[in-house]
Amino acid sequence: MQEINEGFGLLSYQLMLTAGFAYLVAFCAYTWDLVTFSQAVKRGLAGEQDAADKTLSSKEAALVGARAAAGQGLEGGPQDKGVRPSSKTHAGANGVTAGDSMRYGKERRVVARVAVALTVVAVVVQGIAVVLRGAAAGRVPWGNMYEFCTTGSFAVVVVFLLVLTRRDLRFLGTFVIGLVMVMIVAAHVSFYTPVGHLVPALQSYWLIIHVSIAVLSSAFFTLTFAMSVLQLFQARREASIAAGKKDKFVVMRLVPTALSLENLSYRINGIAFVGWTVTVMFGSIWAEKAWGRFWGWDTKEVWSFVIWVVYAGYLHARATKGWTGTRAAWLSIVGYLCVVFNFTIVNMYFSGLHSYAGVGS
Amino acid sequence: MKETVVEEPKPAKEPKRKKPQPAGGDVVLPQLGLIGMLRWAWRQLTSMRTALFLLLMLAVAAVPGSLFPQRSTNAAEVTQYLKDNPTSGPIMDWFKLFDVYSSPWFAAIYLLLFTSLIGCVLPRAKIHYKAMRSAPPRTPKRLSRLAEYGTVEIPAGSGIDAHTAVEDAAAVLKSRRYRVDVRDLDTERPSVGAEIGFLKEVGNLIFHTAMIGVLAAVGFSGLFGYSGQRVLVEGETFVNTLTSYDTFTPGANFSGDKLSPYSAQLDRLVVKYDRSTQAHYGQPLDFTATLSVKDGPGAESETKTLKVNEPVSLGGTNLYLVGNGYAPVVTVKDGKGDVAFQGPVITIPTDGAYTSLMVIKVPDAKPNQLGFVGFFLPTALIDEKGVAFGSDPDPFNPQLNLNSYTGDLGLDNGVPRNVYTLDTSTMTEINSRNVDAGGIVLVPGQSYTLPDGNGSISFDGIKRFAALDIRHDPGQAYVLVFAVLALAGLIGSLFLNRRRVWVRTGNHPDGRTMVEFGLLARGEDHRLAGEYAAINKALHAKWLVPMDAQEQNGDQAPATNNDSAPIDSAQQVPAASKDQ
Ligand code: HEM
Repeated sequence: MQEINEGFGLLSYQLMLTAGFAYLVAFCAYTWDLVTFSQAVKRGLAGEQDAADKTLSSKEAALVGARAAAGQGLEGGPQDKGVRPSSKTHAGANGVTAGDSMRYGKERRVVARVAVALTVVAVVVQGIAVVLRGAAAGRVPWGNMYEFCTTGSFAVVVVFLLVLTRRDLRFLGTFVIGLVMVMIVAAHVSFYTPVGHLVPALQSYWLIIHVSIAVLSSAFFTLTFAMSVLQLFQARREASIAAGKKDKFVVMRLVPTALSLENLSYRINGIAFVGWTVTVMFGSIWAEKAWGRFWGWDTKEVWSFVIWVVYAGYLHARATKGWTGTRAAWLSIVGYLCVVFNFTIVNMYFSGLHSYAGVGS
Repeated sequence: MKETVVEEPKPAKEPKRKKPQPAGGDVVLPQLGLIGMLRWAWRQLTSMRTALFLLLMLAVAAVPGSLFPQRSTNAAEVTQYLKDNPTSGPIMDWFKLFDVYSSPWFAAIYLLLFTSLIGCVLPRAKIHYKAMRSAPPRTPKRLSRLAEYGTVEIPAGSGIDAHTAVEDAAAVLKSRRYRVDVRDLDTERPSVGAEIGFLKEVGNLIFHTAMIGVLAAVGFSGLFGYSGQRVLVEGETFVNTLTSYDTFTPGANFSGDKLSPYSAQLDRLVVKYDRSTQAHYGQPLDFTATLSVKDGPGAESETKTLKVNEPVSLGGTNLYLVGNGYAPVVTVKDGKGDVAFQGPVITIPTDGAYTSLMVIKVPDAKPNQLGFVGFFLPTALIDEKGVAFGSDPDPFNPQLNLNSYTGDLGLDNGVPRNVYTLDTSTMTEINSRNVDAGGIVLVPGQSYTLPDGNGSISFDGIKRFAALDIRHDPGQAYVLVFAVLALAGLIGSLFLNRRRVWVRTGNHPDGRTMVEFGLLARGEDHRLAGEYAAINKALHAKWLVPMDAQEQNGDQAPATNNDSAPIDSAQQVPAASKDQ
C-alpha cells in the first residue's frame, strides 16, 4: 500500500477551497446576469409601450421580429409544431419565455459568458484538487463523505458544462452552482477528514465502478432537480399570465417554458435512471462479493431502492394522463430529496453495513 | 406532447354487454354483472394510473424498514427495541414493522403491482406483435401537419416520374433500415409509408417482463439456498455439516444432505492497521485469513486466502470474511484444583480499539459454577480515574479485566442462553471493583487465584478469530440474468426512437416531379430533426438535386408556401389526419 502523500493532501485541500471561492464569484456572476437581464427586459417592456422596438434589447427585438414574421404568414408549419422541441421550425419564443429549443440565441450576454468562464476555471482547479486527493492515497478519490461531496460536486459541474455545450442552460447557473457550493461547504464544515487509506470493506474495484456511476447519476439528478423546481415556478407563472395577470417574475423570461423544461429534464432523468439502475445492480454484485448476499434491505439498500422506484414512478407519470407536467416535476423533486436523504441522513445517522462513510464512530 | 401520453393499452375487445342497455334515460351506470365487474376491476388494476399509484406505494412502504430495526438483519436490536418500548413495540410488531419486507402488506403491494404488470404487458405485447406484422399506417392526407416536413423538387427532364420517385424513396428509407410499404401506385399520388424503431416497445416489454423474472428468481433463490455463520478461532477447523454452524438459515426447500463435505481450517488471521498517518492512526487496512481447505474427508489440503471482498468458493458455497476479533486463551481451575475450562474465548469487539466484551461460563467448575464477565483490551491504558480502557486495536499491551461470579449459571434448566451474556441475578459477585477483592486484571502469562477457594484463572495467550458467512444461493445467477435483460430492455426502451415517415410524390404539369415527406415520432424524440435532415439529404442525393443553401444550414424550408408544395392543394382536408 502506497504511503499517504500528505503534501498532495494539503495542496488538494487548498485548491478545493480556491475552487470554492471561484464558484462563489461565478455564482455572483450568474445572479448578476439574471438581474441585468430582467432589468433589460423591464426597460424593453417600457419601450414596447412606446412602440419603440429599436430600444429593446437585441433578444427582445429578435422575438418581435419572429412575431412579425409569423404575422406575415412566414412561420413554418401548423400550430401543433410549436410544442415539439424536436422541431427546428420552432423558434420558440412568444415573448413571455425564452426559446424552447434551449439553443443559444444570437444575443450576447456578456455577464453570463463571464460566469461560464469562471465556472470553467473553478472546475479545472477543482478537478486538480480531486485528482491530487486521489493521488495522495493512491486510490480513487471517493471513499468517504468528504470525498463524495467534493468529487460529487465536481461531477455536477462537469455534467452541467457538458450539457451547456449543447443547450443554453445558463439560466440554471445560479441554481446549480449554488447547490455545488452547498456541497463544498458541507464537505469542509461537516465531513472534513484528512486523506487516508480505504478500510478493507471499500478495497474493491467495485468501489471504482459502483460509486462513480452513483455519483454521475446523482449529478444528473441534481440538474433535473433544478430544472423541475424552475418548471414548477414557470408553470405557475404561465398559468397566471394566461389568466390575464401581470407578469411579476420577469426574470423567468430567461427560462424556457415549463413544457420544454419538462421535456429536457425527462431526457436527462432517463439517462440518470439508467445510471441509477446500473448503480443498484453493481451495488448488488458488490454486496454479493463482500457479504454473500446481493440484497439484504440494509438501510442504504432500502433507500437506493426507494430512489429507483420513485424515479420509475416519475417515468410512468410522464406516460400517465393527468400526471404529466407539475405532478411529474414533483416526483422528480421528491426523487432528488431521497437522493440527498440517502447521502446525508442515512450515511450519518443510520447504522448498517454501509456505515463506513468516514464520519462518526 | 400528446404523443408521449401513452394511455392504458386499449383492451383488445370492449366488454360485450349481454343485455342491451336499459332504456331509462337516467341510468348512468350500465349493468355490468359479475363478469363485467371483474373486467372493470381488471381494467382498473392494469391501468397506468394504478401502476403509478402502486409504484409510489411500494416506495413509501419500503421506508419503515429503514427507520425501525428489522429482524432479518438485526434481531437483537428488535428485541432491545421491544424491551425499550413495551407499549408501542408490540403494536408495531403486530403491524409487522420489524419484518417489513416479509410482511403481508408489503407483499400485497408488490404482488398487486406485478399482477398489474402482467395485465399490462400481455395486451401490449399482443398489440405490438400485430403492429410489427402489419404495414405502416396509411399515409396522412396532409403531410405538412407532421412534426417534420420537407419537400424535394426533381427538375423536369430528369426522367424520374412520380412512380419511380416513390420507389426510390422507398429504397432510401429501406437502406436506413425502415420497414417500408409502397402504396397508391394506381393513383396520381403514390406514396410510401415507413416505420422504424419497433425495438423501443420490445425493449419496454422485455424490461417489464424481466422485472417479473427478477422477482421470481429472488423467490427461487430463497427456496433452495441456505446461509450460515461460523466463528472460527485460529487453528480451528470448520467441517461443512449442520452441526458445525453457529447459526444456519435454510431455504424452504433445503434438505440437509445437500451439504458438500468440505472442511476449512483457519491457519492465521493477519490484521494490518494504519501506522503511517496521524489522522487515521489505527484504522484497519487489511484483514487476511489463510485457510487450509479440503474438498472432502480424504482430499488433499490446499491453501486459500480469504479477504474482505474476496470470498473463497468451496463445494458450491462461498465463504465470506464478515468479522474478526480476539479470542484470549484462558484456563480456569475450579475449587478442587481441576481444570474446568481451557481454550480460546471469543470476544465481541465494541469499538475501533477492539475493546472486546468477554464472557466465560464454567459450568463444570466444582463445587460452585463460575462465571466471568469483562473486557479484553488489546492495548490497555489507565485513565485518570484509574479505569483501564482500550486505546489501540493491536495487542501492544493486552489485558483482561474481569469480574467473577459463583453460583448457578442457569444452564441446566433448558432455557437457551446467549453465550455472550451472563445472567448474574442468581450468582454471587466475588470479584469486581465493588467488592473487597477487586476486579481481576491479567496480562498474558499471569494467573489469578479467586477468593474463597473458588479456584483460579490464567491468561495463557491471544488468538484471533474470523467470523465467516457461508452461503449457497443457486438462484442469484438467474437474478443477474434477468436484471441484465431488464437493463438492456430499459436502455432500448428509453433511447431508441419509434418513427414513421411518409413520402408522397406527384407529377407537376410543368414536368417537375414533386416529392414531399413528413416524419412523426411516437413519444418524445429530440433527434427527429436530425433524422429529418438525414432523410432530406439522402433524398436529394438520390435524385442529384442540389440542396439549397438554407436547407444545408439545417433550416427547414418554409413549408406552407403553396408554390413549393403543390401536392396537397387538391385535397385540403381541414381535419388533422395525424396518426394516433
Ligand atoms: C415492477 C413494476 C414496474 C416498474 C419497476 C416499471 C418501470 C418502468 C420504467 C422504468 C419505465 C420507463 C422506461 C420505459 O419507457 O420502458 C416504464 C415504462 C412504462 N411502464 Fe412500467 N414499470 C412497472 C410496472 C408497470 C405496470 C404495472 C404497467 C402497466 C399498467 C406499466 C406500464 C408501462 C408503460 C406503458 C410504460 C411506457 C411509458 C412510456 O412510453 O413512456 N409498468 N416502466
